[in-house]
Amino acid sequence: MADTLVGSKTLLDVRDLKMHFPVTRGIVLQRVVGHVRAVDGVNLAIERGQTMGLVGESGSGKTTIGRTIVRLYKPTSGQILFEDQDLAKLEGESLRLMRRRIQMIFQDPFASLNPRFTIGSLIAEPMHIFNLGTPQEIRERTLELLRVVGLRPEYADRYPHEFSGGQRQRIAVARAISINPELVIADEPVSALDVSVRAQVLNLLQRLQEQFHLTYLFVSHDLSVVRHVSDRIAVMYLGKIVEIADRDELYSAPKHPYTKALLSAIPIPDPQIERKRQRIILSGDLPSPINIPRGCRFHTRCPMAQQICREIEPPLEAKEGHEHYAACHFAEKVTPPTT
Amino acid sequence: MGEYLLEVQDLKTYFKTKAGRVRAVDGVNFAVKPGEKIAIVGESGCGKSVTALSIMRLVAQPPGEYAGGSIYFEGQDLLELPESAMRKVRGGKIGMIFQDPMTCLNPTMTVGKQIAEGLRIHLKLSESEARKRAMALLDQVGIPAVSERIDSYPHQFSGGMRQRVMIAIALACNPKLLIADEPTTALDVTVQAQILELISAVCNEFGTALILITHDLGVVAGVADRVVVMYAGRVVEEAPTEELFKNPRMPYTIGLLESVPRLDDRVHGELKTIEGAPPDLLNPPSGCYFMPRCFFARSICRTRPPLEPLPGNPTHRKACWVDVTDPAEQAYAERRRQRRAEAQRATIEAAASSQAHTS
Repeated sequence: MADTLVGSKTLLDVRDLKMHFPVTRGIVLQRVVGHVRAVDGVNLAIERGQTMGLVGESGSGKTTIGRTIVRLYKPTSGQILFEDQDLAKLEGESLRLMRRRIQMIFQDPFASLNPRFTIGSLIAEPMHIFNLGTPQEIRERTLELLRVVGLRPEYADRYPHEFSGGQRQRIAVARAISINPELVIADEPVSALDVSVRAQVLNLLQRLQEQFHLTYLFVSHDLSVVRHVSDRIAVMYLGKIVEIADRDELYSAPKHPYTKALLSAIPIPDPQIERKRQRIILSGDLPSPINIPRGCRFHTRCPMAQQICREIEPPLEAKEGHEHYAACHFAEKVTPPTT
Repeated sequence: MGEYLLEVQDLKTYFKTKAGRVRAVDGVNFAVKPGEKIAIVGESGCGKSVTALSIMRLVAQPPGEYAGGSIYFEGQDLLELPESAMRKVRGGKIGMIFQDPMTCLNPTMTVGKQIAEGLRIHLKLSESEARKRAMALLDQVGIPAVSERIDSYPHQFSGGMRQRVMIAIALACNPKLLIADEPTTALDVTVQAQILELISAVCNEFGTALILITHDLGVVAGVADRVVVMYAGRVVEEAPTEELFKNPRMPYTIGLLESVPRLDDRVHGELKTIEGAPPDLLNPPSGCYFMPRCFFARSICRTRPPLEPLPGNPTHRKACWVDVTDPAEQAYAERRRQRRAEAQRATIEAAASSQAHTS
């Protein structure tokens, strides 16, 4: 199935990626008593210049995917094809060089900037690591990057604590684009920000994408933000992608009951629409990723579940529509949402 | 006073810090009728949580101080009450749900004991009566297998379930007013929908008034009858929910509504933004606090605007000099917004082209 997803413009192609973390018990004689199957067989392809949105609840494995792609973790199995290289197999120097082309923006700008560095040196550090110019050139480029993200160049010699959350996230963005990467993995880049500041950072990311020809993997739990920025969207549930489709199609004609429930749960800031909407309230919580339910992972909370869902896990297959994939036995029975 | 359950008048809560006095809440006015659901909306640091804590008199003194104003609850000024009487109000007549259900429950007590605690103190129930009522409450907030779960400890519950326990505790003594401070911020969206539904339903059932504190305008739209918008320690606009969403009159409210990407958006252009950041409450600007970020700002905005009802509409109040419905004012604001956006675009383009030259 993965092959059908791959076009010639594909920049990143993740195939059957698995990331399992061992659960151990005992202090001296540690034994593995189980595995957290955080990512459990994910296929995902991103085209150059596109934004792929990755949504899911906490514990669905979306952050783990992002971190595995930049190889902060070594995957349990599977391939991460970046152009023709398999990132899952890279080690040492070749892994270091690859990181020049893939950069990451983290969720918490209070934790991702070293408090003992000035922001100028934080932004310059990737350029020094990869030897991109003389110190003079790097300094000039740093000041320019500050202007690009909407901060004053004079701020270069200040420390992170002097900045607000939104400003810090801008600094993190400047650092990520300083070495001119091809792929940027943005892990919940606006979740920690206030509403009025969130729009500023989203606009900045979009302008940078146009001008610097960036490709984004945008990880977020917020479906309204993801809808705004993404071209294509993948929905995750318990370590697997349950649906993947072009943006507008996913929102207007979801083919998986989880996507539909997720959409109906997002409040819309309009009292008239909001009072008329039908809400699908999912019962219960996400099951533990250590003991994943048999059959379809979603059957414990699914309003449409039948006997077959408890026994056979549905594969992610092409459904009606343009490049629309869903993992559900009853995909054609999922009706479009009311709004 | 008779009409209102709670009336906050010119409340001022300040904090003393080494750098000076922070005016976290600086002259807040609003009122809640019995059974009414209101929402207080604003960004972090606008004073919405401090307002809630002030009503419960939970602001630590020092560094906090109640520098002025009054909070009338059933005709009594809570700020004047002795501590012993205040203890009867907290948890008895006013219940509170906090943001983080992970830290608000006592990890060393079973949830049954924690619910029963309030019942025994306020309603003087016996141990077995309190336990019986605790079970009924847990059942009401949708906890399955109550007879087993009542003896569980908080760590055995998920985030959503813990928030349900918090709601049970807050409602245990049939309070007249429930204050919910960002009750769903720490929860996932599917669980958020469950909890909001529950809070709304129990308030209707018990006839409890609700003050919902949130930064999420979507949450407000579904739950509240009336909305109070706060900015930098003050109320800047207040109106019935439908009116506020349809006809916002304060540029900050308009900015908030426009800058949120909506699930039902059909266009994917640039979002309209509120530029800049909220003011430093140590040294706030002298005029309208929103002026430095406001595209509508005129020289009159250097004088602070009062919170006044709109002509002919006493339920809608705003603190702004400008009539934002005037086309001339709108054109002026739009011109200033465009100029700002073009300047930002130009810097990015310049950087992109210089990079193209070097590499």
